[in-house]
Amino acid sequence: MTDLTSNAIDYAAVPDARGHFGIYGGKFVSETLMFALDELETAYKKLSADAGFRAEFDRDLAHYVGRPSPLYHAERWSKMLGGAQIYLKREDLNHTGAHKVNNTVGQGLLAKYMGKKRVIAETGAGQHGVASATIAARFGMECQVYMGEEDVRRQSLNVYRMKLLGAEVIPVKSGSRTLKDAMNEALRDWVTNVDDTFYIIGTVAGPHPYPKLVRDFQSIIGREAREQCQTQTGKLPDALVACVGGGSNAIGLFYPFLTDGGVQMYGVEAGGHGIETGRHAAPLSAGQPGILHGNRTYLMQDDAGQIIETHSVSAGLDYPGVGPEHSWLKDIGRVNYVSINDEEALTAFRQLTRIEGIMPALESAHALAYVEKLAPRMRKDQIIIANLSGRGDKDIHTVANLDGITL
Amino acid sequence: MSRITSKLAQLHAQQRKAVVPYIVAGDPQLAVTVPLMHALVEVGADIIELGVPFSDPMAEGPVIQLAHERALLHRTSLRNIFELVAEFRRSDNATPVVLMGYANPVEHMGYAVFADAAVAAGVDGLLTVDMPPEEADELNAHLKRVGIDNIFLLAPTTTDQRIRAIAELASGYLYCVSLKGVTGAGNLDVDAVSTMLQRIKAITDLPVTVGFGIKDAASAKSVARLTEGVVIGSALVDRVAQSAKQNKAGADLIASAAALIAEIRGAVDSI
Repeated sequence: MTDLTSNAIDYAAVPDARGHFGIYGGKFVSETLMFALDELETAYKKLSADAGFRAEFDRDLAHYVGRPSPLYHAERWSKMLGGAQIYLKREDLNHTGAHKVNNTVGQGLLAKYMGKKRVIAETGAGQHGVASATIAARFGMECQVYMGEEDVRRQSLNVYRMKLLGAEVIPVKSGSRTLKDAMNEALRDWVTNVDDTFYIIGTVAGPHPYPKLVRDFQSIIGREAREQCQTQTGKLPDALVACVGGGSNAIGLFYPFLTDGGVQMYGVEAGGHGIETGRHAAPLSAGQPGILHGNRTYLMQDDAGQIIETHSVSAGLDYPGVGPEHSWLKDIGRVNYVSINDEEALTAFRQLTRIEGIMPALESAHALAYVEKLAPRMRKDQIIIANLSGRGDKDIHTVANLDGITL
Repeated sequence: MSRITSKLAQLHAQQRKAVVPYIVAGDPQLAVTVPLMHALVEVGADIIELGVPFSDPMAEGPVIQLAHERALLHRTSLRNIFELVAEFRRSDNATPVVLMGYANPVEHMGYAVFADAAVAAGVDGLLTVDMPPEEADELNAHLKRVGIDNIFLLAPTTTDQRIRAIAELASGYLYCVSLKGVTGAGNLDVDAVSTMLQRIKAITDLPVTVGFGIKDAASAKSVARLTEGVVIGSALVDRVAQSAKQNKAGADLIASAAALIAEIRGAVDSI
C-alpha cells in the first residue's frame, strides 16, 4: 500500500518503469500497438535528455506559444468574493487559446524527430484538435482529427479553424459520438497506420508513456506559476484550483507543487446536471476504477463494466475517464476532487467576464466556480491560483443558445 | 488436457485445420446465440470464439462494432454469456468455447469471480484484446488456477523477443493478427502472413490460429495452408447483421451464417 503521509511520497518515482501510478496507468492496448508505444518511449527517453530537443521546445514555447503566460491578480473579483487573493494563470493567452498547445508543441517535435509524416488526434471541445492542426501546419505534416459527431455540432467554430489549418476533421458516428468515441476511432486509425503515424494524445490519459510525457510538457504551467507567485507575493500559494476532464491542465499546474505540503489542491470535475442525477462527467467523484483507452483509472461505468454516457455543458470535460495520475493522487489524498454543475459553471463564466473582462472557456469556468466557493472561506492574506486553461470564444454559441439567442 | 488442446491435437492427428468462427454473444438477440453455436458446430466449426460485447471495442472494425452495439441494446452481460455457455454445454461437451473481449467487464467483475464463474459455465479460453502480457499476471494466475487457457494475440509488429515471452504465458493456442489494422480490414497479405508464421513457429510449438481479414473460402484456404487454424469474424458477423436487418432473426439467420462456415470448412478440408 502507498504511504499516506504526503512528505514520504516520492512523486518523481511515479510512474514506474511500466507506467504505473500505484494500481493505475499501465499499457492496456492491443498487441499491435505495443511496438509503437515502446518506440515512442525509447524516442522520448532519448530526446528528453537531448539538449538540442529541449532548446527547440523551450524556444517554441517562448516565441511560438508566447510563454511565459501571465499570472494575473484578479483584484476586483477577489474583493467581491471577500476572501483569498485570486491569481489566474492565463493559459487562455497562449497561441490557439488554451493550454493544449504546450503539449502539441512537445509531441509535434517528437513526431518530427521520429520522422513521422502524419499525425492524428482526438478532440472534444476542439481545442486539442486546433492545437494539433496548428503544429501539423507548422511542420508540414498531414493531420487528421477525430471528433464525435455531437461535438462537431456544438463546436462548429473550432471545426472550421481546423479545416483552415489544413487538417481533415473526421466526424465519429459510433457509440455516444463524443470524445471517448473519437479516441476509440483514433486508436483504430493508429493500429492501421502504425508505421508512419504519430498519435498526439491531448490529455494525461491513454497508455504509458502518454500520461508521463503529457505531464512533462504541461508542467511548464506549474513551474512558471510557482516562480511568478513567489516573485509577485513573496510566498507560495495556499491553494491551487483547476478543472479536470482528462486532467492535463490540472496536472500541469499541480505537479511542480506536489512536494509543497502547505499547498492545497482542488481538481474540479464536471458535475453536469448534478452528481445526484447520475448525469455528469465526474469519475473521480462518483466512478470506480476500471480499464479504458490503455490505462487503469477511475471510470464512469455501469454494473456490468460498460462505459456510460457522460453529460457536461463543456465538451472538453465530457469524458468518462480521467488521467491515471489523478486517480492515484485522489487515493493517496494529495488532491481534493470536487465537482461543479453546469449552472454553476455558466454563472462563473458570466461573472468573470463582467468583473474582470476575461471570458473563460466553459471548462475553465468549472474551476472558477469552485474558486467562488473556496475564496470566501479563506483569509484575505491567503492566495489561490486558478488555472484559466482556455479562452471562451469557442463557447459563445453554446452560451447564446442557452440564452435563447441564435447567432 | 484442456478441451482446446485436445481438440487441436485431434485435428493435428487427422491432418486437418481448425475452423474457428467468431460471433458476438447476444447479437442480435440472446435467444439466437446458442442455436447458432450448435449450427456452426454442425457444419464443421472446431472452436467457437464468443465475443463479449463492450461499449468501446477499440480493436474492431465497423461490422463488429455494430454487433457489439446490437448486443448491448439489450444489455448482454458476462452473466448472460455464462448462462449461454452453460446452455450450450448441455448438449455439446466437446467443442471448446473461447470468450473474446475487452478488459473492463472482466476487471469489473473481479478476476477471481470471473474465473470461477467462467469455468463453471464451461468456458475453455479467454482472449482479452487490451490486456497484453505485461498487465496480465494477476488475471493469468486466476485462469491457471481454474484451468482456463489464456489466449494472447501476436501482431505483425510483435518482436521475436515478445513472441518468446508471450508463448511462455499462453496456453491453448496463439492468435496471430494477420495485418496491421482492425477486424474486418481488407488488406490481407498472405505472403506477409507466411513470413510472420515462420517467425512464430521458429520460436514456439503452440498451435497458431490466424484471424483478421479472412472473409471467404479462398482467403481461408490460402491462410489455413500455413498454420493450424483460421478465425472467421467480420464476414460471419456481417451475415448475422444482414439477416437481422431484414428481420430474419430466426432460422434464416442461422442458415445464412452456417452456410458461410460450411463453405469455408469445405475449402479448408480440400487442402
